[in-house]
Amino acid sequence: MDATTWVAKRTKPNWLARLFDYKPFLIAVCLAPALGLLLVFLTYPLGLGIYLAFTDTEIGGNGSWVGLENFIALAEDPIFINSVWNTMFYTIVATLGKFVLGLWLALLLNQHIPFKSVLRAIILLPYIVPTVLSAIAFWWIYDPQFSIISYVLVDQLHIMDHYIDFLGTPWAARWSLIVANIWRGIPFVAITLLAGLQTISPSLYEAALLDGASPWQQFRHITSPLLMPILAIVMTFSVLFTFTDFQLVYAITRGGPLNATHLMATLAFQRGIPGAQLGEGAAIAVAMIPFLIFATLFSYYALGRRKWQQGSSDE
Amino acid sequence: MDRLTRRETIAIGAGGLSAAGLIGQPAHAAIPTANVPLPKHPLEAGATLRVIRPTKFVDPDETIWRENTEKFTKATGVPVRTDFVGWEDIRAQVAVAARTGAGPDIVAGWANDPHLYEDKILDMTELAGYLGKKYGGWGALPLVYGRKHGTQKWLSIPMGCGGGALVYRKSWVNQAGYEKPPNELDKFLDLCRKLHAAKHPVGWALGNSQGDGNGTATWLLWAHGAYQVDEAGKVAINSKETVAALKYSAELYKTFIPGTLSWLDPSNNKAYIAEEISMTSNGVSIYFVLKNDPKTAAIAADTEHMRLPGAKGNVYPEAANTLNAMAFKHTKYPNAAKEYLRFMMEAEQYDPWLTKCLGYWAHPLLAYDQSDCWKLDPKILPYRDAQKMTRYDGYKGPFSSAAAAATAEYVLVQMVASAASGQSTPEDAAKEAERRLARIYRKA
Repeated sequence: MDATTWVAKRTKPNWLARLFDYKPFLIAVCLAPALGLLLVFLTYPLGLGIYLAFTDTEIGGNGSWVGLENFIALAEDPIFINSVWNTMFYTIVATLGKFVLGLWLALLLNQHIPFKSVLRAIILLPYIVPTVLSAIAFWWIYDPQFSIISYVLVDQLHIMDHYIDFLGTPWAARWSLIVANIWRGIPFVAITLLAGLQTISPSLYEAALLDGASPWQQFRHITSPLLMPILAIVMTFSVLFTFTDFQLVYAITRGGPLNATHLMATLAFQRGIPGAQLGEGAAIAVAMIPFLIFATLFSYYALGRRKWQQGSSDE
Repeated sequence: MDRLTRRETIAIGAGGLSAAGLIGQPAHAAIPTANVPLPKHPLEAGATLRVIRPTKFVDPDETIWRENTEKFTKATGVPVRTDFVGWEDIRAQVAVAARTGAGPDIVAGWANDPHLYEDKILDMTELAGYLGKKYGGWGALPLVYGRKHGTQKWLSIPMGCGGGALVYRKSWVNQAGYEKPPNELDKFLDLCRKLHAAKHPVGWALGNSQGDGNGTATWLLWAHGAYQVDEAGKVAINSKETVAALKYSAELYKTFIPGTLSWLDPSNNKAYIAEEISMTSNGVSIYFVLKNDPKTAAIAADTEHMRLPGAKGNVYPEAANTLNAMAFKHTKYPNAAKEYLRFMMEAEQYDPWLTKCLGYWAHPLLAYDQSDCWKLDPKILPYRDAQKMTRYDGYKGPFSSAAAAATAEYVLVQMVASAASGQSTPEDAAKEAERRLARIYRKA
């Protein structure tokens, strides 16, 4: 036997090694833990919630399949329709407010100012305080009898002659909640956008300066297109958080006055848990899904367009 | 609490010592008892109990409850864990415990909870019979909430009734030309108008508040003879009585302090204590706080209580928030559970709880009418009679989950609030409430 024809004698791998060399099996094994978690903690609850929406289940009682009955009843329920409208209004106005103020704050913090890092830490405060605590603080601020704002305006400055009824009329209550939500949401937007701003290379601004670009032109042609990818992500998250907001509304107004500030999330909880109408509550929660999908797709596709990000206009 | 105890003790001398529950004093001689043989509940070996009940609004409610529970453990060797749960959460927890057959052994829940799960809970007829015989019988409201509708079978042990009496400033009512708030509704409205004119407005919660908001709505409805469903459970809210009640509410609302549409449960307490309002209705907690703070002692001295106006004879337009204890069939230690409830209801434990809470949970057993609790301070006497009410959640219908849902959904409060504030006409408000109730009662 000469060397050229010699073949190394390979031990035949045992069945276990062969199994683990088998790609489909390996994929299945590696995916199993993650899939298991997803199934148990995401798919099952979501599936159960969707199933419940088509039943008349009550807490503590077994329900039966009722098809679309819950949705038909909701379509005729002025309280539900009002909550859909409220949720849209609340989400759009609060998100806009958070973005305008958050971006402004991020731009300011991106400048060279004294105590920069201390300031950055301070503006995170509203985000650090647990939501329920800040909600209770706002509940006091908006109290019809004990509001600090009323106290200052009426008793100290004598600008007004009566206390402000922040939460007693529908529009005042809606705006009060939106202000609270914006206050709470600004730090998240500001800090994330600030991180985005810092990834923009200073050389771009130097080049722009040499070309004689005005600050507005710099913002318009450098900052905003380069910020757009992160803006799209932050916008998506912000819309999702605002749309599903619960704690602020529930702690401050509990949906009042007269259901004028119920969001879909609070109404779903109100009907499903304290009201024990689990099926109807689930139906309201399920009704949120199309809105959320639409909002996500909108943020992703409308704001994440590649061409726009690269500074050219759409074709 | 030490301060309160000391003051009471000084004020009323030796009688107060036993009332304050000091160890070594003769046991609650004031409570007349009959000699009734103990029900036989031989304790299971190795028994342990888990109890849930609503969270406290006055501190002794929790501290004395825990002390009594420790005494039970010492006497029987049965460890008991009590969890205090938010008022709105109790109902859901009862439901889950009943449905899954797991969780607490005993729940001191709300008035109609036991009726929703009567096939899941232990029969309490023997224990209730023993307590009734020993302590002079049960009051009218515990008889409604404790027994299965229209039978002699006891489902639960009502432990206390939190009444919502009228709380008012005597001097301001006097200045308005009334000795005390009148029972007649038209005169009562006149009083409220005069109080409002004198810059001492009144205030009732009309927000989504579980206790006070629902209390406001049912008071106004029942005082006018309106009810949400008839005896058979058929929706009957859209009636001329309801419309009359709503028209009255609209007039009364004009005398309110601004902002009551957003009031939650603590709001009227805060406003009354800050002297912003002259009158509201509430449990004893407002007075309890005023009395225990030297800074507000003057307000406490000027505060009086009485039954809500609009009573017709002995029928009061009020329901007391009843703490109603049930033990689940799924417990492994049914005897220990019953024994625990018996122990907590016996005078040695019950009377200090009643007394130190200033009658926050008024007694359901009539013998406690003689408790020192009601002698220490005549001002809280109206709370003593909470168990004499005959109206209940979901009156006039049978108990059902729908009645509980209607309360939790604030259907009546929102009807009253929308008509009172003029956001809809009384007729439209009644029609909207009818629509919502029809949906909630569709299966009942």
